[in-house]
This record gives sequence, C-alpha cells and structure tokens, in this order.
Amino acid sequence: MALYYTEDQAMLADSVTGFMADEGGIKKQLRHWRDTNCKDGFGHGLWKQFAEMGLTGMLAAEADGGLAMGHVEAGIVLAEIGRNLTPSPFLTTAVMGVTALSEASDELRGRWLPGVIAGETVLAMAIDEGAKHRPDKIACRAERAGNGFRLTGAKGFVIHGTSADALIVAARTSGSDSDADGVTLFAVPKDAAGIGHTAVRLVDSAMASHVRFDGVELDGSSVIGEVDGGRAVLNKVLSAGRIGAAAEQTGVGSGAFAMTTTYLKTRKQFGKLIGEFQALQHRAAHLYSELEIAEAVVIKAQQLLDGGSERAELMVSVAKAKAARACNLAVREGVQMHGGVGMTDEYDIGLYMKRERALTEFMGDANYHAERVAQLSGY
Amino acid sequence: MSDLESFRAEIRAWIEANCPEEMRRPVQDEGDICWGGRNFVFKSEAQKQWMEVCAAKGYTVPDWPVAYGGAGMDPAQAKIWREEMARAGARPPLSSFGIWMLGPALLKFGTEEQKVHYLGQVARGEIRWCQGYSEPGSGSDLVSLQTFGEDKGDHWVVNGQKIWTSYADKADWIFCLVRTDKANTYQGISFLLFDMTTPGVTTKPIKLISGSSPFCETFFDNVEVPKSQIVGQLNRGWDVAKYLLGHEREMISGAGGGEQTSTIGKVLTRNGLDDPMLRAELAQFDIDALSFAAMGEKFLDEIKVGKAHPAQPNMMKYAGTELNKRRHELLMAAGGSTALEWDSAETRGGAPARSWLRTKANSIEGGTSEVMLNVVAKRILELPGA
Ligand SMILES: Cc1cc2nc3c(=O)[nH]c(=O)nc-3n(C[C@H](O)[C@H](O)[C@H](O)COP(=O)(O)OP(=O)(O)OC[C@H]3O[C@@H](n4cnc5c(N)ncnc54)[C@H](O)[C@@H]3O)c2cc1C
Ligand SMILES: Cc1cc2nc3c(=O)[nH]c(=O)nc-3n(C[C@H](O)[C@H](O)[C@H](O)COP(=O)(O)OP(=O)(O)OC[C@H]3O[C@@H](n4cnc5c(N)ncnc54)[C@H](O)[C@@H]3O)c2cc1C
Repeated sequence: MALYYTEDQAMLADSVTGFMADEGGIKKQLRHWRDTNCKDGFGHGLWKQFAEMGLTGMLAAEADGGLAMGHVEAGIVLAEIGRNLTPSPFLTTAVMGVTALSEASDELRGRWLPGVIAGETVLAMAIDEGAKHRPDKIACRAERAGNGFRLTGAKGFVIHGTSADALIVAARTSGSDSDADGVTLFAVPKDAAGIGHTAVRLVDSAMASHVRFDGVELDGSSVIGEVDGGRAVLNKVLSAGRIGAAAEQTGVGSGAFAMTTTYLKTRKQFGKLIGEFQALQHRAAHLYSELEIAEAVVIKAQQLLDGGSERAELMVSVAKAKAARACNLAVREGVQMHGGVGMTDEYDIGLYMKRERALTEFMGDANYHAERVAQLSGY
Repeated sequence: MSDLESFRAEIRAWIEANCPEEMRRPVQDEGDICWGGRNFVFKSEAQKQWMEVCAAKGYTVPDWPVAYGGAGMDPAQAKIWREEMARAGARPPLSSFGIWMLGPALLKFGTEEQKVHYLGQVARGEIRWCQGYSEPGSGSDLVSLQTFGEDKGDHWVVNGQKIWTSYADKADWIFCLVRTDKANTYQGISFLLFDMTTPGVTTKPIKLISGSSPFCETFFDNVEVPKSQIVGQLNRGWDVAKYLLGHEREMISGAGGGEQTSTIGKVLTRNGLDDPMLRAELAQFDIDALSFAAMGEKFLDEIKVGKAHPAQPNMMKYAGTELNKRRHELLMAAGGSTALEWDSAETRGGAPARSWLRTKANSIEGGTSEVMLNVVAKRILELPGA
C-alpha cells in the first residue's frame, strides 16, 4: 500500500481541514473556552457538529451505526485538531472509547455507542495511576461482590474526567499490581455512587480529573470483554490512543512550524527579514525534515495498525516517540524564533508549546516508547 | 488474486528460482558490490550469474522501459520488486552510477538514439560510468567550474581538471560538466559524455582516511569529444546536472532501504554489553532509523506519482546521511576497543573502523549537508534571500 492518502482519504482530509479551519480555530475554541473558564474545557456544540460530519462514529462498526473507518482516517481528524489546538473529546471518546467498546457486549455497545455517535456522549479513559504513563502497573481493584464488582482505588490524568458520561476504567480483578493478567476493563457511568473527582486545569487548558473510586458498585454487565482478560483490550485501546496522540502531535508541530516560517518571512531586524539569516534557515530546514519524517512514520504505523500487522505495536511506539520529539522541536524553535513576542499570551505560538507538552505525556512520552522499542526489539 | 498479488507471487517465485544462495548473504565489503563494466572482475561465478539472469529480464533496472533494457514496471510493481528483493535478502544484481544517476538524466534529456545506445549498455552492466562534476576550486559552488570545451566544429577539445571523481580509474566512460561559454555562468555549461580511454584523459587515485582509494584526480589534456556526445542542449547542461543530482541525492539518502534504515540495537545483546546509556542511545537511533525507513518508502511512493516536492531529495539526503553517520558512531561505541583494530582478521581488516570513516563522506559527496539545508530553506520553505 502506498504511503499517501487514497482518494477517499484525501477527500476526507479536504473537508475536515476546511471545517476545522472555520469552526475549530484557536480564537473560536481554545481561547474562547479558556478565557470564559469553561468547566469542561471544550465546546459541546462543536462535538455535536463532529457528529453531523460523521466523525464521532468513524471507528465504530457499521452494525453499531458507525463508518468502520480506520486509524488513518481518525488521524486525519486528529492532525487538524492538533493544527488548530482544538479542545475536543474526540481522542478519548471516538478513538479510545470506541476502540474499547468495540470489544464489549451488545448491551454495553447499545448503551453507550449511540450517544457517542450522536455527539451527545463523552467518554474518558481512567488508566494511569501515577504522574507517568505506566499501564503495566494497575493497582486500582475491582473485587467480586455478589453478581458484580466493587471498585476501589484512584486514577490520575483522566482527561475530560468530570465531563464524561462514562469512564472506561482499567482495574485489577486478580493477581498483583504488575501482573499482565488479572486486569478487567469496565464502563463506569458518571452517576455511580462512590465516584469522587478532583478537577484540575492542565497547562494546555484541558480539564483533567483525579478520580477516586470508593467502593463503587458495578454490575457484571459493565465489564468490557473478559473478566481478568482485559489486557488484550487495553492494549488495543493504548495503541489507538498512542497513534492518535502521535497524529495530533504532527498537526501541532506543523501548525507551529507554519506560524514560525510565516514569522521568519515578515519580521525584520538588522535591516533584513530574519528568515534571511542562515543560522535560522538551517534550523528551520532541519525542523522541516524532522516533521516530514514524523508524518511518514505516523501514517506507516496507522496503516500497519489498520492492516492488523504484527509490526504495528512496535511501529506505534516508534511513531509516538518520533512525533513527540519532532513536535517538541517545532514548538521550542517556534517560541525561540518569535523572540520576545513568542513569550506573550497574545501570540498563539506559546499555546502550541503547551499542547505539545500535554500530548507528549499522554499515553507515554518519548523515553517510555524508546524503552518499549528496545524491549519489543529484543535488547 | 488481484493483478498485483499475482505479480508479487510471480516475482517471489522468480527470485526464489534464480537468485543464487551466495547472493542472499548481506554485502560485507566493497568486493561484494557488482559494478559491471569492461574491466570488472567478478568476485564469484554467482555474482556474475545473478547479474546476467537479471539483465536478461530487465531486472537490473526494473522500472526502465523495456526498449532501454528495463522491465517496464509501473510504480506499484517496482515497489513490489523492492519488497520482494528485501524479503529474500537478495543483493542488488548490479550497482552503478549509470543506473542511479546517468540513467534518469538520459531518460529525461537524452535523444532516442542515446537512450537505446547508452541505457542498454548500463542495464546489461557493460559500461561503467563515473561522474565529472567537482573541481579543485568548485565544490559546493559547482557552477563556478572551469574545465573548458573549445568548439572545433564537429567536436570540442576539452581541457581542465576534475577532482574527487569516484572510481575514475575503474570507469569506462564519464559524464562530465564542461564550460562551453565563458561569458555565462549558469547557461554556459554543457553535459558531455566521453570514453575514459580517449587520448588526453588521465587519472590519479587519492587515498581516503578509510585507507581505500576509490576516487581520483582526473585530468583532461586536449581531449576530443564528438558533438553527438552532448546530452540536452548546448550551454544548458546545468539543467541536466541538477536533475541528475536529485537522483544522486535520492540514492545516497538510502531512501530505498539501504543500511541506513536498518536498526542496530541488537548489537548490544550480540556483544554482551551491559550499558544502559548506550542502550538508550541505540533505542533512540532505532526510532529514527525506522522512522526514516517509513520516510524513504513514502518519498519513493510520492515521487513516482509526482506528489513529492521536487526538492525533497535534498531533505532526504540530509536526513539519511546524518542518520548513517550516527549509526556508525554508535557501532564504533558498541564495538569498543575491538572496533579500533585496523587490519585484524577478527574485524575483517578493520571493517568497522573503515566503514565508520567512510560514512563521514556521506554528508559531503553529492552536495554537503549545509548545502542541502540551503536548498530546502530556499526551494521548499521559500525563505527570503536564501
Ligand atoms: C520575559 C522578557 C523580559 C524582557 N525584559 C526586557 C527589559 O526589561 N527591557 C528591555 O529593554 N527589553 C526586555 N526584553 C526584550 C528582549 O531583550 C528582546 O526580546 C530580545 O532582545 C529579542 O528581541 P526581539 O524580541 O525583538 O526578537 P527579534 O530580534 O525579532 O528576534 C526574533 C528571532 O530572530 C533571531 N535573530 C535576530 N537577528 C538575528 C541574526 N542577526 N542572526 C540570527 N538570528 C537572528 C533571534 O535570535 C530570534 O530568534 C524582555 C524580553 C522578554 C521575553
Ligand atoms: C567520498 C566522496 C566521493 C565523491 N565523488 C565524487 C564524484 O564521483 N564526482 C564528483 O564530481 N564529485 C565527487 N565528490 C565531491 C563532492 O561532491 C564535493 O566534495 C562536495 O560537493 C563538497 O565540495 P568541496 O569538497 O569542495 O567542499 P566546499 O564546497 O569547499 O565545502 C567546505 C565546507 O563549507 C561548507 N559550505 C560551502 N558552501 C556553503 C554555503 N553556501 N553555506 C554553508 N556552508 C557552506 C560545506 O558544507 C563544507 O562543510 C565526492 C566527494 C567525496 C567525499
């Protein structure tokens, strides 16, 4: 398969790019919700528009009312979310949430997917427990109680946690914290008794939550997949989230880069456009090369994931690490090359830097994925 | 089965049936590369046989037209050919400047007669070419070149000196940039082809830091070149030269999946090293190598259908060669003091150190990294005054 968009994908990209430039822009979304101190950190109106565009159900099966598309298509949307820094529950809901629910019973899918596809329901992922992404270790416990389970423990970095209608929770149903087996995924409705939230605003203005589960009673029907066999589902969810975040980062990187090259062509110092200085030209050209390479490996990993390749897991980690490094370089060079104005809140370049930091941390930073690459490669 | 699937099956079976076992082992050194040419000494019968069976089918240049010695594969088929060759671990049947550089330039700028004549020779491995671009005073600033061709009616008389001419002492013919108008800088250069045995051509090998002498100083003393041996128009050789450089840069970048793109982390376990810092560096390298391999694949896919920026080979060359240099720095680090040995049997005659030193030329030959960045800044990013 060629490593560029098919005709259908190119058409999707065209329509999403136009739509997001009109509706998802920094002023209309990110700055608006940030400056009005929105408790959810994103606009539900845009989420509804996503549904009208058919984006919310991209990854859902046709039988569930979705479009049965793949990660290349989801990545097209995420890259535009990145380029526009649009606050959106798309990644946690339509990508990770739908990936999880696709493995769930008819009953659970019927309960949550129609709302997601209609742009009315938001899902959040409760996976990590500490400040760093360590999904191999799950201490949050769901003990058997009667016909169901009782959930106890804490989760952190739950993006959109307080606005979500349901949390997808990875909990331990047997074994010890670091066992691969014994993990079970649950879809926990927001109104279940015993859930406590501490909402926190993150550096990129997204709202996250520290969630406590204090003996939350769940019936058996909230289990996604097999009891104790949740690791396989979790791995799919993680891959979807990682490649999705990587795609979003390529968008953030290229958005920051576009702003920066525009600035190099307009700002004058020493009687010249600063873009004439070779010191800046070479750094910009190097950055271009890094961003191109990151985009290439992201689409490669998306295709492998969609094709069910055995190399997908490795390449998703490669893509997440590469996209993180390239995007990080883009925002650092972006702020630096803007000089003093790059430090101001008025200029958008700083907003790119903030989003990059959050995305890097989400689903594992570059070092985490480098470690995985070494392990998966057998050294 | 789709057409492409049956094509793949056919290619797979053909390679299986025709590629000798010995030609499926990784290339270890210069001697394993089949360059072809009048004076080429094959290292083994298998090497000769592999070149010949491929040439007979047009597989030395699979995507060239059949009329010029190729197999006429379209981009999708050529990609399958590359994938199946990689899958089988098969060595390229023939490597040459004729294939990588002159061929694409002739396909675009040559006359029908030139294409049939020269391309066929290249495809069959009969004639080996060298590249006469650089001069002592004209490296990065190539357009300042001084080698002069004086118009003598039906021929030119060429005088001057080239330098860094790779394999000039082994090549049969040269494609050469010659000034044919002293009053015009860019539009005063012509792209000439001539036989290295023409009277007045001499070469003098130069020894590299790696110890080998693959390139030469090349002198022209009243060399007569018939007018029929010009490619493109008189004084418009710069267009041909630049187009050819794009292909040269593509080749040096390793975009087609050369050693640059393969991972090296396993060297850690192979050498039994317990070195967490090196392991981390190797993992970072492998991420970059696998990412660049994807970039190479994407680039080739795109360039074949006109989707790549025409200046993209410059980016590829920059990224690919810098990556390859890093690769050999890490391999030296992983090799420790063993890798320092210059002529021991254990290191196959100092192969790690010699390869490491050789790779330093990657970001110089075919245009330096700094020049690549200049071109990207100017032509792709359209930065001012670049
Ligand atoms: C937090 C903060 C506090 C400050 N406090 C003070 C203060 O108290 N008093 C005061 O007077 N100023 C202050 N400044 C201003 C500061 O000194 C300037 O921002 C700085 O000198 C850069 O100038 P500039 O912002 O106009 O950027 P520019 O000069 O426009 O530079 C933009 C980019 O171009 C690059 N560039 C410019 N010229 C060249 C060249 N010739 N070659 C290569 N690259 C080049 C720069 O390195 C930069 O990356 C402050 C700035 C900040 C951010
Ligand atoms: C192994 C090898 C094989 C080669 N094979 C061939 C061959 O077969 N045929 C052939 O014709 N040539 C060949 N070359 C020559 C090669 O193309 C030149 O070496 C190359 O173009 C650089 O020219 P130079 O050596 O004169 O360096 P210079 O041009 O003198 O460069 C010196 C340094 O200055 C930098 N520099 C120059 N201009 C700029 C600028 N504008 N901005 C920023 N930095 C700049 C360069 O990047 C470099 O770091 C070969 C070279 C090597 C090393």
